[in-house]
Amino acid sequence: MCSFIPKREMAASAAVTANYVLKPPPYPLDALEPHMSKQTLEFHWGKHHRAYVDNLKKQVLGSELEGKPLEHIIQNTYNNGDLLPPFNNAAQAWNHEFFWESMKPGGGGKPSGELLALLERDFTSYEKFYDEFNAAAATQFGAGWAWLAYADNKLKVVKTPNAVNPLVLGSFYLSFVDRCNIFVYEQNRRPDYIKTFMNNLVSWEAVSSRLEAAKAASS
Amino acid sequence: MAASAAVTANYVLKPPPYPLDALEPHMSKQTLEFHWGKHHRAYVDNLKKQVLGSELEGKPLEHIIQNTYNNGDLLPPFNNAAQAWNHEFFWESMKPGGGGKPSGELLALLERDFTSYEKFYDEFNAAAATQFGAGWAWLAYADNKLKVVKTPNAVNPLVLGSFPLLTIDVWEHAYYLDFQNRRPDYIKTFMNNLVSCEAVSSRLEAAKAASS
Repeated sequence: MCSFIPKREMAASAAVTANYVLKPPPYPLDALEPHMSKQTLEFHWGKHHRAYVDNLKKQVLGSELEGKPLEHIIQNTYNNGDLLPPFNNAAQAWNHEFFWESMKPGGGGKPSGELLALLERDFTSYEKFYDEFNAAAATQFGAGWAWLAYADNKLKVVKTPNAVNPLVLGSFYLSFVDRCNIFVYEQNRRPDYIKTFMNNLVSWEAVSSRLEAAKAASS
Repeated sequence: MAASAAVTANYVLKPPPYPLDALEPHMSKQTLEFHWGKHHRAYVDNLKKQVLGSELEGKPLEHIIQNTYNNGDLLPPFNNAAQAWNHEFFWESMKPGGGGKPSGELLALLERDFTSYEKFYDEFNAAAATQFGAGWAWLAYADNKLKVVKTPNAVNPLVLGSFPLLTIDVWEHAYYLDFQNRRPDYIKTFMNNLVSCEAVSSRLEAAKAASS
């Protein structure tokens, strides 16, 4: 598995330059209602995501990682799965910013254009992709994420535990759903959450623009 | 086997040894209704489906756990089996009016192996607070010594060669309704107000007997 590919890393992450800032979601905290409540955003962004950013800052202060781009910290602390201490906070800070940007008010449903064409090419149909993404999100045991990713000119669904993301697995990340336990507790209806995300929240515009960047970086 | 004598799940969703509202205000009835009534129940139900028709069907829960751990390369039934076991053990680790400093032999051994109860408290607290993502923190007994262990997801000390004596569930579903993201407050409440020292002491006796 590739671990450090500067060109890919820079192009695909152009939209996410966290640099240890708690960037707000690109919509008001109540804008995803009724599908994702303001209360969830207040906690998930306002407390959990904020804590990852704050703790990362404390963790890298005075170290050689201080001031380095977030993606650099993630790549350099993954350590082939034997995680160095800053990894979890750095990756979770990155993952959460990416997650907010993966959603939009009035989102979800079937995409169109090139993205649909590629989904149909690599999964046979949008419905097959939907089922595979759904299954990955439903079966990631414990805390983690499910992703649509792009590697070797192909789309694929990936699931990862805890803070791990496809960046360290050599893929471009396009979209994902946070399978962290925080949502499991919420009535434990994980499948309902995943369905709501797919049907009502996904920002296909964000996914499409990331796909363009991924293809450009791969060519 | 001796250490798990009190937990013979056999794929039954055993209720906690107290009413679902009995741990209030430290752990709400709503938490118990979801955590036991939905999450724990799902592990038991899914395990039953998973082993139906297989060679594991009808085997004791501990047998399934030991035989599907596979040195960390988990076989499919492991997560449901271990989570069923862990949760029953967790409910029995608590009691209404629990918590606080133990006494007698348990205290003596904590002082022997951790220097003081306070040192044990801090170590257990740190393990529970730093288990990233989903998991558990444990007081366990191995090689005639008490120790604190933290495990990810469904892993428990049975597969690591120790006798579990006490556990706290630090999956977010265990504390989110009552504490949201304030895991440290949850851990403190568990230690000060919920731990059943009687359960821990009786498991310790069983562990010592099995080790001798």
